[in-house]
Amino acid sequence: MAEAAPTTASSAPSPAAGADRIAAAFAAARHDGRAALMPYMMGAFPDAGSGRRIARVYSDAGADLVELGIPFSDPLADGPVIHAAATAALQAGATLESALEACREIASEIPVVAMCYSNMILSTGEDEFASRLAEAGAAGAIIPDLPLGEGAEIKEAMAVHGLAVVPLIAPTTSPERRREICAGAEGFVYLVSTTGVTGERAELPPELEDLAASAREESGVPVAVGFGISTPAQIASIAAIADGVIVGSRLVRAVQDAGDLESAAVAVSEFLAAAREALEGS
Amino acid sequence: MSAPAVEERFGRYGGRFVPETLISALDDLSAAWAAARSDTVFQDELSALLRDFVGRPTPLYPAERLSERIGRRVYLKREDLCHTGAHKINNAVGQTLLAKQMGKTRIIAETGAGQHGVATATACALMGLDCVVYMGSEDIRRQAPNVARMNLLGAKVEPVEAGARTLKEAVSAAIRDWVANVADSHYVIGSAVGPAPYPAMVRDLQRVIGDEARSQSLEAEGALPKRVIACVGGGSNSIGTFYAFLDDPVELVGVEAAGEGLESGRHGASLSAGSTGILHGALSSVLADDQGQILEAHSVSAGLDYPGVGPEHAHLRDTGRATYVSVTDTQALLAFREVARLEGIIPALESSHAIAWLLENAPESAGFDVLCLSGRGDKDLDEATAKLAELDG
Ligand SMILES: Cc1ncc(COP(=O)(O)O)c(C=O)c1O
Repeated sequence: MAEAAPTTASSAPSPAAGADRIAAAFAAARHDGRAALMPYMMGAFPDAGSGRRIARVYSDAGADLVELGIPFSDPLADGPVIHAAATAALQAGATLESALEACREIASEIPVVAMCYSNMILSTGEDEFASRLAEAGAAGAIIPDLPLGEGAEIKEAMAVHGLAVVPLIAPTTSPERRREICAGAEGFVYLVSTTGVTGERAELPPELEDLAASAREESGVPVAVGFGISTPAQIASIAAIADGVIVGSRLVRAVQDAGDLESAAVAVSEFLAAAREALEGS
Repeated sequence: MSAPAVEERFGRYGGRFVPETLISALDDLSAAWAAARSDTVFQDELSALLRDFVGRPTPLYPAERLSERIGRRVYLKREDLCHTGAHKINNAVGQTLLAKQMGKTRIIAETGAGQHGVATATACALMGLDCVVYMGSEDIRRQAPNVARMNLLGAKVEPVEAGARTLKEAVSAAIRDWVANVADSHYVIGSAVGPAPYPAMVRDLQRVIGDEARSQSLEAEGALPKRVIACVGGGSNSIGTFYAFLDDPVELVGVEAAGEGLESGRHGASLSAGSTGILHGALSSVLADDQGQILEAHSVSAGLDYPGVGPEHAHLRDTGRATYVSVTDTQALLAFREVARLEGIIPALESSHAIAWLLENAPESAGFDVLCLSGRGDKDLDEATAKLAELDG
């Protein structure tokens, strides 16, 4: 464990605390009669201060949860936009700690789930990594290169620090495997919408509806859909079939394309407002 | 079907650290390879291709003048005489044949030196499959003749601009393509790396090198070699050469790229100077910083310019069954020229690393050595000539 540092988090790490906070966020959205909105952002992109600011905008603009990318050199599950953002963040000196500043900024308000790759966890040490996430107030972790059957030590360390390890399922996941993943899911199930890496898509596959329905039936936790979702219309259609909607590359691109932090903040805030509108009554 | 399963782990190394999307394809591939490697029809077809198309068996050549120079008998396993000029074709033909049998219509590959790209483009032309090869733009510059070959063979070469624009990024780009096109495409990985079953499958397809070398040694000398030496990039020619000798009293030496020197930090010696980590889907020995960010490798030879290595090598290192050493760019370049002049063989810069180590490590003792000459050096002429001119001042 890292030495006790001032915690900005709402709850000290205790087993299942993260999962509870995630469950509460989904339940609150459902209570409002809509699916939860979970925007993704790249930590420390383009720098740590911007990361904090973007996180603040996400929380203020109505995000129910935030998925926080931890910059990694070789993000195999990510397409060009998120890959480029990670590369830029690392070139500007991003570290796990600087990426987690975004988490500290908002973790007392809404649950933050870190998206991080296995090698960073392994290099830092499973327990040390989990303790740093917990200490920054994270509620869980999404590890896109840690499928069912791998990394028992990583999953244990996360559990010890009260972090939910959110599993992914894909359109290519076999029904038996999907049932096993859903049955053991913590926090929520991350349903990958399309067969591919992250990135905006003009169209989402028609099978998605059935897949989401099966996953919701098979898991005791909410099901959120991510990858490729980039327009309010897509958000509305996903909201009708799932418990949560994850928007990634579209928002990262907004930050990338903005000339400065102020215009980035305006751009993501406007997109999130439109996203919330699309969700009303879902 | 009761064919033995394909190994997923080597000690603690290996595994499948990949996006969930790929798991079902890896399961299918594993099952298909388990069946094919013990299916006589498949094996007969592969053997015929290796004989008639690739030109196997390759000779085990007694390198007289080189032996004289170092004071030890050395045989060169002439993979440079394979069709397309390197051992890479053994794997490419095997995997492409398997992919075709699995009903895949499109082949994805990555390439560093261009040898694997050329080999895969060749196998695809032979079997009538579409082929896209990812290649870092720095490697496209360094290995121009191979780019021209791939184009001629009908493959599409996709430049990769990420990172240092070399092999690591080309592998990542190929994996991302596969994630998106897994239904109709097969990814022919070029070395004994990647998620299971790739490391074991590539080894199975390259073991022909060691199997031949072992029986050729017995035939030529009536004995097994004292040492078996091969260069290590991702580790396919080396594991293919070592595998037949694993249970024999034979020293196994893998030679990595020390680049500008291990202490310079600019090298490709993942086993000699790396740490345990995950790259491209497998737990192995990798070059990474203390945050777990993968570092760029460096080597004068594009085929050794990779910050990871096959998981089976990490295991052989840990158990002490094989020894891993490294030689610098300069040593490799000098060996490249020396062998050309001693033997009339222009070796690949990758293979020149193995030779460079041998030149400086030839103790007087009984027995003989076998060195895998993994490929020929035509592709390296421009780069090596320029670098040698710099060295000569
Ligand atoms: C001739 C040659 N030898 C060796 C290598 C290194 O790869 P491996 O370690 O997989 O044999 C390459 C890779 O491109 C090559 O072209």
